[in-house]
Amino acid sequence: MKPNPAPSTPPHPGALPEPQPEAAPRPRVVLEARGLVKRYGHVTALDGTDFELREGEILAVIGDNGAGKSTLIKALSGAIIPDAGQIFLDGKPVHFRSPIDARRAGIETVYQDLAVAPAMTIAENLFLGREILRKGWLARLLRWIDKKRMLEEAIADMQDLKIGIRSMSQAVETLSGGQRQGVAVARAAAFAQHVVIMDEPTAALGVKEGNMVLELIRRVRDNGLPVIIISHNMPHVFEIADRIHIQRLGKRVAVVNPKTIRMSDAVAVMTGAKMPEELSPEMLAY
Amino acid sequence: MAQEQSGTTQRPGSFLERLPSLSILGPLVALFLAVVFFSLQSDRFLTGQNFSLILQQISVVAVLAIGQTLIILTAGIDLSVGFVMALGTMVMAKFAVELGLPPLLAILCGIVVTTAFGFLNGFLITRFRLPPFIVTLGTMNIAFALTQIYSRAQTVSGLPDAHLFWGNTFRIGETVLTYGVVLMIVLYLLVWFFLSETAPGRHLYAVGNNPEAARLMGIPTQRVLLLTYTIAGFFYGIAGWLLISRTSVADPNAGQTENLETITAVVLGGTSLFGGRGMILGTLLGAIIVGVFRNGLTLTGVSSVYQVLITGILVILAVTADQISKRRS
Repeated sequence: MKPNPAPSTPPHPGALPEPQPEAAPRPRVVLEARGLVKRYGHVTALDGTDFELREGEILAVIGDNGAGKSTLIKALSGAIIPDAGQIFLDGKPVHFRSPIDARRAGIETVYQDLAVAPAMTIAENLFLGREILRKGWLARLLRWIDKKRMLEEAIADMQDLKIGIRSMSQAVETLSGGQRQGVAVARAAAFAQHVVIMDEPTAALGVKEGNMVLELIRRVRDNGLPVIIISHNMPHVFEIADRIHIQRLGKRVAVVNPKTIRMSDAVAVMTGAKMPEELSPEMLAY
Repeated sequence: MAQEQSGTTQRPGSFLERLPSLSILGPLVALFLAVVFFSLQSDRFLTGQNFSLILQQISVVAVLAIGQTLIILTAGIDLSVGFVMALGTMVMAKFAVELGLPPLLAILCGIVVTTAFGFLNGFLITRFRLPPFIVTLGTMNIAFALTQIYSRAQTVSGLPDAHLFWGNTFRIGETVLTYGVVLMIVLYLLVWFFLSETAPGRHLYAVGNNPEAARLMGIPTQRVLLLTYTIAGFFYGIAGWLLISRTSVADPNAGQTENLETITAVVLGGTSLFGGRGMILGTLLGAIIVGVFRNGLTLTGVSSVYQVLITGILVILAVTADQISKRRS
């Protein structure tokens, strides 16, 4: 095995000389993984990968096809169970057996196909599977939903993210692609206690709507939730990420700083055209 | 799929937003035109008594169609409706008349049998991931054969009073109504409440609209499906009780046309065969439309073959509207 440029010695991997002289106190680590392994038959999708998400950041995960980035994200969101390795949420070990488990632990995922019911209203989609019930034993017995409160809270959730949609009682299928994404993001942000994961949030969108969604992701972070985004769109990644996790051949090969590294260098590392050791220290995120 | 829609905020909502109400508007207009037409053709048509008769005539199909609506909302279909009901009526009748069980217990047994058939449908569909169309085609034949074997193809008559209860009448002014019609309306209201006001009801829509999204949002989709088919079976039992109340006998050849009639009522009522869209009161409206056409054409002396013809045309119109509205979204 080659020496790993981002050695898996938590809590600070990629520990090369510190790029910033003033060295602000290190933010708390919210979600962390060590040595994750996942094999599908003879294919090793994850080969002992590490991962670290910190408080208040947008972390982009990039990698070529087959680098294991979607497997990594599935492991973090509970969609698959890794064969080996550990995941820590707020420093405590967690074992997700399903996406429901991860959601209960406070990790919300915005899926690429958004997982919305198009014929149902925005308010209903926001509370799908988590409907607010009316008060009283009879209402509880009948599981009688409180439509008025759901509508009010839907308006509040959408306002938190400044998503400008007039009516929460219109069907999701009447919205544009970007607005639908807004609904899925608002749902995740409203229920996530710790982390929001977004899978290719801008993939199906035009330029204007893509920018709108990037703005939305920033607001989620600024409202206090760290965000993991998986994206193929390098300009978007560089525009929005605070740090970039580069996945290659089932491992994390580097964590880089989008403000100091050139896009071409990041892509070169991602595709193996350049070794991570060849990067200059200030390009790495500490 | 969200293909290229316009990115502006307001425009896409304005027209499509009205589609659900549009899907109920079509049947309402059809009903209105039919009522006007038949009123002009026959002065016996627009009377309370005649309308009460229409409601009595549709009550069995309308109650069966509740089960069919729930299933179609999950993007399924049930072809076993009529024959399962027929098996239920046979059990209700023979258990009371031949085994001498207390009438209400015999009726309960019949409802248990139809509910069990619904459960069987749901079990096969969820456990083995079989298509509803094929599963219910199979159970349709099983139910028919069981009815014939158990009854030896004989009609059972001489039913006790409890079996005939829903045929009893009461008066409102000049109009005579049966308890069966009241039961039908009450069941519709209860199911309307369930579907639109309770969490499990909304989950049923979600499972029909986007099962994968429902699953990811923590809804136990397989359990929802199993329960839906089982509850539908329960309604077939109630419909069977209504049927023997109307006819006073248990007929081994009952239920031949009910499959298509329930699907007709559901589709005419604006519920989408693709699942996840529609409303239960639309189905009642659909059943009423079919009833009005039958009744009106009979009163005006049109051969029953033309009634079948017109029903067929109506169904194809309704399904076309459904397909077009799906393509638009």
